[in-house]
Amino acid sequence: MADFTLRVNGATRKVSSVAPDTPLLYVLRNDLELNGPKFGCGLAQCGACTVLIDGKSARSCSVTVSAAAKGAITTLEGLGTMEKLHPLQRAFIEEQACQCGYCSNGMIMAAKALLDGNPRPSEREIKQALNDHLCRCASHNRIVRAVQRAAKEMA
Amino acid sequence: MKPSLSRRDFLKTGSALVISFSLAPELAFGQAKPAALPGSLNNNRMLDSWLRIDADGTLTIFTGKIELGQGIGTALTQIAADELDVDLKRVRIVHGDTALTPNEGQTAGSQSVENSGTAVRFACAEARDILVNAAAARLGVAASALTVSDGTCTAGGKSVAYWDLVGDANLKREAQASVKPKPASQHKWVGKSILRRDIPKKMTGGAAYVQDVRLPGMVFGRVVRPPSPGARLVSFDEAAVKRTRGVIAVVRDGDFLGVAAEREEQAIRARELLKRSAKWKESESLPPPGDALFEHLMTKAKSVDSVVNEKTSATALAPAKTLRATYTRPFQVHGSIGPSCAVAQWREGKLTVWTHSQGVFPLRGDLAKVFATDPANVHCIHAEGAGCYGHNGADDVALDAALVARATGGRPVKLQWMRDDEFQWEPYGSAMVMKLSGGLDAQGNVVDWTHDVWSHPHNNRPGAAGGVNLLASWHLAKASSAPFPVDPPQPTGGGDRNSIPLYDFPNQKVVKHFLPEMPLRTSALRTLGGYANVFALESFVDELALAAGADPVEFRLRYLKDPRARAVIETAAQRAGWQAGAKRDGARGRGFAFSKYKNLACYVAVVADVEVDRASGKVRVTRVVAAVDAGQIVNPDGVVNQIEGGIIQSASWTLLESVRYDRTRVTTRSWADYPIIHFEDVPQVEVVLINRPEERFLGVGEGSQGPAAAAIANAIAHATGKRLRALPFSPERVKQVLA
Repeated sequence: MADFTLRVNGATRKVSSVAPDTPLLYVLRNDLELNGPKFGCGLAQCGACTVLIDGKSARSCSVTVSAAAKGAITTLEGLGTMEKLHPLQRAFIEEQACQCGYCSNGMIMAAKALLDGNPRPSEREIKQALNDHLCRCASHNRIVRAVQRAAKEMA
Repeated sequence: MKPSLSRRDFLKTGSALVISFSLAPELAFGQAKPAALPGSLNNNRMLDSWLRIDADGTLTIFTGKIELGQGIGTALTQIAADELDVDLKRVRIVHGDTALTPNEGQTAGSQSVENSGTAVRFACAEARDILVNAAAARLGVAASALTVSDGTCTAGGKSVAYWDLVGDANLKREAQASVKPKPASQHKWVGKSILRRDIPKKMTGGAAYVQDVRLPGMVFGRVVRPPSPGARLVSFDEAAVKRTRGVIAVVRDGDFLGVAAEREEQAIRARELLKRSAKWKESESLPPPGDALFEHLMTKAKSVDSVVNEKTSATALAPAKTLRATYTRPFQVHGSIGPSCAVAQWREGKLTVWTHSQGVFPLRGDLAKVFATDPANVHCIHAEGAGCYGHNGADDVALDAALVARATGGRPVKLQWMRDDEFQWEPYGSAMVMKLSGGLDAQGNVVDWTHDVWSHPHNNRPGAAGGVNLLASWHLAKASSAPFPVDPPQPTGGGDRNSIPLYDFPNQKVVKHFLPEMPLRTSALRTLGGYANVFALESFVDELALAAGADPVEFRLRYLKDPRARAVIETAAQRAGWQAGAKRDGARGRGFAFSKYKNLACYVAVVADVEVDRASGKVRVTRVVAAVDAGQIVNPDGVVNQIEGGIIQSASWTLLESVRYDRTRVTTRSWADYPIIHFEDVPQVEVVLINRPEERFLGVGEGSQGPAAAAIANAIAHATGKRLRALPFSPERVKQVLA
């Protein structure tokens, strides 16, 4: 068991008495009470737990807290708030780009990583970037439209 | 999420127009059978069980139907705001709480707008009438002189608002449904694509799901399921697990094994240790896997046979030609992205459960049976889960959490299934066989039609009489037994849902072979038997059309009189640019299909375009056009979302999905074993809505899956000249058929 100092959404957060191999996901959800990243499979197969570490998309179910402590972590909460939405969040709301919304965290975070590196992705590039994120309600086309809308707004 | 706070808010009684929740009056009245009321009002007859008005200027709608991402919370508030003449912003909504809301059974079968929406509409229309009369009395004017704008009643320069009438208007009375709801022409909110109220918090990390419920002192639970159905627990190393850091309790009761720990990762680690040390006695209890299953279902499985529908004509000609075809569908999963989860807490012999169950009242009843307590001692509160698409592990995990929470000294337990728990133990959509025959006369007219369907049960949810439908209850030392399965009867049907053709054939016979024994547990997966029956029926219609040398669209229209059915077919064909006699090129094709869900809900016609890679066997659905008639549409974008999602989900079922197992174990454990559709393979979808504001609501949540599957099958047949009759159309299967 060890104590860690994490950089999460621009703030310094201390967590104590955690096993170093604890998946980052449980620290974010249970110690820091962040709801954005979700448990979906624990196997890095579905993408529901996605966060950014140093700007790169990462599956927080499969990254240990000790490894994550070396980088800057961004979760869905770090993008924007209800009062001040990030363009991606606004676009997902405007496009009604979900049914249940359980996968949306991963979709938005992966899209953030995509747009940071490629501000004007083609439809094909968006689909490629999100291809390993599973959506069971089948809101895929709406999600692609939302990313396109956000890219337009951010351009 | 701090659910206890909002609950306390709702229990505050001080300034509310409705000061307490009333029991259903039939409990009090007993003898005389009351007059039928519209929708769910019939079983929840008190006005104040549907709405309340607070002095702070808000209105709250109570519904037994739960939000599961289908947008019902938004649609119901649109209906309420229109009937009450208030701004949508004033309307709050409470879903599924055994202490607060009406009992509307399950949120299932595409019935929420039909049943809850109709009840809310009539209750709110009647409440408005009561309020306007109270306002008239207060102001000393005639009720007819009043105009209402955003809840404020005005006449002759005087006005009073609903929320100022808390003491004057009494909603604690039985509904009469005598006040006519507004005509569509007066709707301000119904018919508009209002943005869903549940989405913003989901996109910003707000507390939106049962997974986000956090209570003081809460600990984390996991369950250790047997390795196979029918396995018995012989031994396990309890001491080693109890020594593990963070572990609070190890719960063993018969073959049920669960664990609670201070931290979630500790509970997961303890589960792994238990799995490793546990010894089980397993048996070969499963049916033959692969294609051998279907022969087994038709010839070996115990069957209860019934004629579902029969029609004979004395004048029809004898068939000149008879076609026969057998279609199959494997076991398939719901596959929620978030595994099932619940939070449970015991306090002084009373159980509170936060659950994403589709039916909090039936769940309460089954939990009460397991714990041999009065249902009044069990409080089930709905909190959203990931999309469920039917009866997944939601109810089962609620019992798991409650069982583990008995050992934590009053501390609440949040228990979530792991991915493999969900894949191996959720109730599956039943494997099915559909055997059809059709006779054509010399002119190519259908003169005879038969449809036999073999299926396990599709409705083993909690709430049935004669047992308990919760997984862990069957594993306890003092085990409950499952109720004997009942297939929903026609007109909706279960395994036979949508098996009766809507086409006007002179002779037809539909037989259901109900297979009540379930070596692999089955229950409701979106559409029940509708998906497979429509796949078979609409594929076979195309086979007959081909044999008759007819265009599939024209052939269908020949046998349909219902103008609404004809309209969706003609609209879809026109929008897609359907051309009779379009030639195949071996790789690209176009298919058509139609159904009216349950033969009594929404009408959907689908045109699918596919590309078949003959070398790899891979099928891509490139474009789908659907036309929909759902009666009066409350939220057009909500309908499009449901239909579009249903089409893409169906494409995934149809092309990819099948549960794997051997004679002992289910071998599907992760998404690697059970691929679903990915972004790069998702078709473009265009949905055309035919709004009929003068017609009643028709449910849409399950309308498109069946016709989408058949349209894909028909498109592949059109492209390649080969007919695929066994789901899913995996590359191996396609290559086999094309060879």
